[in-house]
Amino acid sequence: MTKQPAIELKNITKRFGKVVANKNVNLTAYRGEILSVLGENGSGKTTLMNMISGIYFPDEGHIFIDGKEAVITSPKEAFGYKIGMIHQHFKLVDVFSAAENIVLGIENGKYNLKDSAKEIKKISEQYGFDVDPKKKIYTMSVSEKQTVEIIKVLYRGADILILDEPTAVLTPQETEKLFAILRRMRDDGKCIIIITHKLHEVLSLSDRVSVLRKGEYIGTVNTSETSESELTEMMVGKKIDLNIQRDEPKNTEERLTVNSITCVDKTGTVMLDNVSFSVKSGEILGIAGIAGSGQRELLESIAGLQRLEYGDIFYFDPKTGKKESLRDKNPLQIRQMGVRLSFVPEDRLGMGLVGNMDIVDNMMLRSYSKGHSLFLKRNKPKSLAMKIINDLEVVTPSASTPVRRLSGGNVQKVLVGREISSSPTVLMVAYPVRGLDINSSYMIYNLLNQQKAQGVAIIFVGEDLDVLVELCDRIMVIGSGRVTGVVDARTTTKEEIGLLMTKPKDDGKENGNG
Amino acid sequence: MAKKTDSKKEPLFHVVKRDDMPAGKAWLIRIAAIVFSFLLVGLLSMAITEKSFGETYEIMFSGVFGRLFEGKTTMLWKYLQEIAILLCLALALTPAFKMKFWNCGAEGQALVGGLASIFCMIQFGSSLSYPVLMVVIVVTSILAGAIWGIIPAVFKALFNTNETLFTLMMNYIATQIIAYYVYIEGGGSNVINPVAYGNFPTVGNNDYFVNIVTVAGITVLMYAYLRFSKQGYEISVVGESQNTARYVGINVKKVIIRTMAISGGLCGVAGMLLVAGKDHSINTNLVGGDGFTAILMSWLGQFNPFIMVVMTAIVIFLRLGVAKVADTALLNHSFSEIIVGIVILILVGCEFFIHYSIKFRQSKKEVKA
Amino acid sequence: MIVQFICRAILLAVPMLYGTTGEIVTEKSGHLNLGIPGVMYVGAISGVVGSFLYENACGNDIANMNGFLAVIIPLLCSIAGSVIMGLIYSFLTVTLHANQNVTGLALTTLGIGLGNFLGASLINITKSELPSIALTKTSSFFTVKLPFADDLGWFGELLFSHDFMTYLAIIIALAVTFVLNRTRVGLNLRSVGESPATADAAGINVIKYRYVATCIGSAIAGLGGIQYVMSYASGVWSNNAFGDRGWMAIALVIFALWKPSAAIAGAFLFGALCNANNYIQGLGTETQELFKMLPYVATIVVLIITSVRKKREHQPPASLGINYFREER
Repeated sequence: MTKQPAIELKNITKRFGKVVANKNVNLTAYRGEILSVLGENGSGKTTLMNMISGIYFPDEGHIFIDGKEAVITSPKEAFGYKIGMIHQHFKLVDVFSAAENIVLGIENGKYNLKDSAKEIKKISEQYGFDVDPKKKIYTMSVSEKQTVEIIKVLYRGADILILDEPTAVLTPQETEKLFAILRRMRDDGKCIIIITHKLHEVLSLSDRVSVLRKGEYIGTVNTSETSESELTEMMVGKKIDLNIQRDEPKNTEERLTVNSITCVDKTGTVMLDNVSFSVKSGEILGIAGIAGSGQRELLESIAGLQRLEYGDIFYFDPKTGKKESLRDKNPLQIRQMGVRLSFVPEDRLGMGLVGNMDIVDNMMLRSYSKGHSLFLKRNKPKSLAMKIINDLEVVTPSASTPVRRLSGGNVQKVLVGREISSSPTVLMVAYPVRGLDINSSYMIYNLLNQQKAQGVAIIFVGEDLDVLVELCDRIMVIGSGRVTGVVDARTTTKEEIGLLMTKPKDDGKENGNG
Repeated sequence: MAKKTDSKKEPLFHVVKRDDMPAGKAWLIRIAAIVFSFLLVGLLSMAITEKSFGETYEIMFSGVFGRLFEGKTTMLWKYLQEIAILLCLALALTPAFKMKFWNCGAEGQALVGGLASIFCMIQFGSSLSYPVLMVVIVVTSILAGAIWGIIPAVFKALFNTNETLFTLMMNYIATQIIAYYVYIEGGGSNVINPVAYGNFPTVGNNDYFVNIVTVAGITVLMYAYLRFSKQGYEISVVGESQNTARYVGINVKKVIIRTMAISGGLCGVAGMLLVAGKDHSINTNLVGGDGFTAILMSWLGQFNPFIMVVMTAIVIFLRLGVAKVADTALLNHSFSEIIVGIVILILVGCEFFIHYSIKFRQSKKEVKA
Repeated sequence: MIVQFICRAILLAVPMLYGTTGEIVTEKSGHLNLGIPGVMYVGAISGVVGSFLYENACGNDIANMNGFLAVIIPLLCSIAGSVIMGLIYSFLTVTLHANQNVTGLALTTLGIGLGNFLGASLINITKSELPSIALTKTSSFFTVKLPFADDLGWFGELLFSHDFMTYLAIIIALAVTFVLNRTRVGLNLRSVGESPATADAAGINVIKYRYVATCIGSAIAGLGGIQYVMSYASGVWSNNAFGDRGWMAIALVIFALWKPSAAIAGAFLFGALCNANNYIQGLGTETQELFKMLPYVATIVVLIITSVRKKREHQPPASLGINYFREER
């Protein structure tokens, strides 16, 4: 079987200002295969694919489709080359029906939604989708929306499909279903490119794997001839033993207890289902799970940002030993109770900091309301800003630079620095090293370890299992809003955690009933 | 070959967002835009007066400052008075805008403030002593404006009701209430004769002194409020990111309602200044569209009270100066509205060059080759 | 009496209906054009200038005037004037990414200024005693009634006695409804207003749609201006007479929940409310002023109800008021 190259990239380079997102990338994808583009967060995978789908235009290099050079300056031109991309954030109009979304932007032929619905049915049957053309997008589940996105691309006759992190939001069952569909498409002769950073998916789904690291093309291997460790090595460079320092917890005592809390979001979906755990002083409790399993809701519940349907949260004051309930308290009330709770949220510039304010003003966010004066006192925040800039080596023109102009790592240092400065007794961090370079990441690990040594109870929500296993003392795994297990980080394996993460939801229910 | 077709199809230039332009350079662009619009104003005025550029500007200056150099300050005070009213409204709107609350209701909030003033002047003018009457006027005007601002704010806070449209509608409700009141009080004549009670005192033969000093004070206070007060800080946080506000425990609903009370209250003050400090009467055209112009002033002033002083000074200069030019040419005063509109559009447009930069592909390639 | 009341309400409704239909077209593309009052002003004065010139060219003698030209010249002038305003607005907001509220309000200042300035200049030229300019000859061509209207009694008066601009307004509103809901162009336009990033990704030219929607919207709104002068005011232009009809049109957009077909009924209701006081016994002039408040109160009530109910189909276009910049995603 001779394969035809569907798409070839030659020496593609793309810069954003001073940042080089892609540098001399070469890539080939064939018809009738599934190619994985593998790389860590921020390795330039999405940027590269956006250039194929016409959203960005490369600064240098050439793209060849079926052997002929192609200039793709807009998504429309990409459709012309039969390229279709399914973005990570769905590009759907919420108030439109599925059919309206699918035909959107198509110019040839008569506009007739009934005929389109028939066509959609045909495609659905061919590949095994299940979708109601008349259903409005805003009433759909994530997986249904994804289905609409894929049909949208197929409806246009695309035979090169690019999927950006398609499984990030799916349940394991939904993922399996998607993979089956993708395989059917491959057998149908389509070229499928899937962007991912999940190794097990790469191995189970794709025919070949291309790896990017820090915007550079590293190489391509056949899936059947590679292994997880080889891919990891390509992804992260030389195999690193993370070697994160970890001391035994000292003087542990009960600090925070979460007592069977349940949380429901605006649409009525249960985000946290009867979650219970406790965290002790001087330990790091890791929280692992697939993205969107309730991590955010869990931390926000403790921080006083989520309304609890059921359950309670108790804080044990280290000085008085008193047990206090945090239920139905807002962040300000929690602070006024004398609970020194610090929280580094996932959305740094959208929640933890104010992007347009300078470092000094961001230092005041938590403390500005102290005292009875009507006016702000900027002395303390100013010296705190200087201290953090010095101690954590924040690269910034000055303390009066708006934080949105800092790089990701420096933004995080500012945020973590501020949260630690209030000498917390409980510290919650969500994905604290996401998008950070190695040095900044280690600085964050060290800061967390220092806090642990000072007796702070730390909750660490992470995505990188290697880090969780090396840094934490205990790891709690959650799946679909419920606790699926708590393991000792010193004796567990990544496989054990991975199994707990993907434990089907029904399991728990059956056990509960039986 | 391939390269040739390639370069043909590539976009000639593309626009890139930038947020790193130094403040100095940004102001240079804005000042250049102002200079450009003054040149344009001169040229347009020349076209209608058929006089030289210099003479045209001479007429404009005489329209604004009168015979100032001969020691006649009447026109100057009038100029300052007009600035004061527009500036007061712009200042009033600023905290709301900083919170990203589009208060388009300055017109109505000022109208009800003015209504409260005239109502007190007529009802209690003869029965209350002057100091008490003035206190009553001040308090009721502020309250009336504040209520007019709070109504849309409450719905915004509770149901996220679109405030742009809500506040716009409130303007016309206020207008009709005034029309109703004028009809009743004016005995069907549609005119309320100037009321002698509850007028601001004349200082040194000058009617507008109180108005001007009041607004000067508000300018400084507003600057301090936004920059140094805790409430001002809360407004910035809520405006930048409601999520962050929640995260630090700011009560967003409370801040929205409180800020709109201040915004509306200050508009009420502007209405009071117009009634008690200038007209001593009221009609539906009391604010005369300044409530809308103030929106533009606050925005062009980058929400900075002191820059707003400059912006309002420029706009009022054009309004009075160009009106004089139109007069000289026996043309309608509306010519100045056209000019003000054009100048504002130029200033609004020039922001593009501060926030975006245009990158030409072609030139870049040539440099490489 | 009732027939007269209804006819009067329709007459009041038509300029608003034009403004509303135009603004709906614009808002469906995601741009909140607060310059519509200014645009309608310019639409009116451009038409007035056109008809003024034509009347003069015919030596101010109705016998020399060609009915078709007398109608088409003002209409084309009106459209040209308002499209230029639309172009200014779209250039600033679409191309230069200027703030929409600020641009719109500045455009209203400019438009009203232009209207009053040109109006006053024309009055100057005619050396008229009154502060107004009468184009009654042109108006007579605008207000031609269907020949059989009078033969059908009250029924004829109710349905057939109106000027052709009234029917045109309804036709345009219905046509816009059809285009928005039943055609590909309409689907594309709605997607541009709901989610420009999605539309862009689907290959729709967001910039083109926003420009065209704003300009067509302005043209339709401008027709409301000239209709007001020629039909409602019988060809008499006086400065500021147009009043706040432009703002009322914006209110009506909300009241009609962004549906032009609903705007037909809404405009009629607003017209009736503006005018009810003249026909309800025992209402004084003072109460008339309070009655004029009702359209705005009704709009606020609708605004509140829709925001409380949060029904997705009744919300403004999701990206209304937000400029689109592709690289910002």
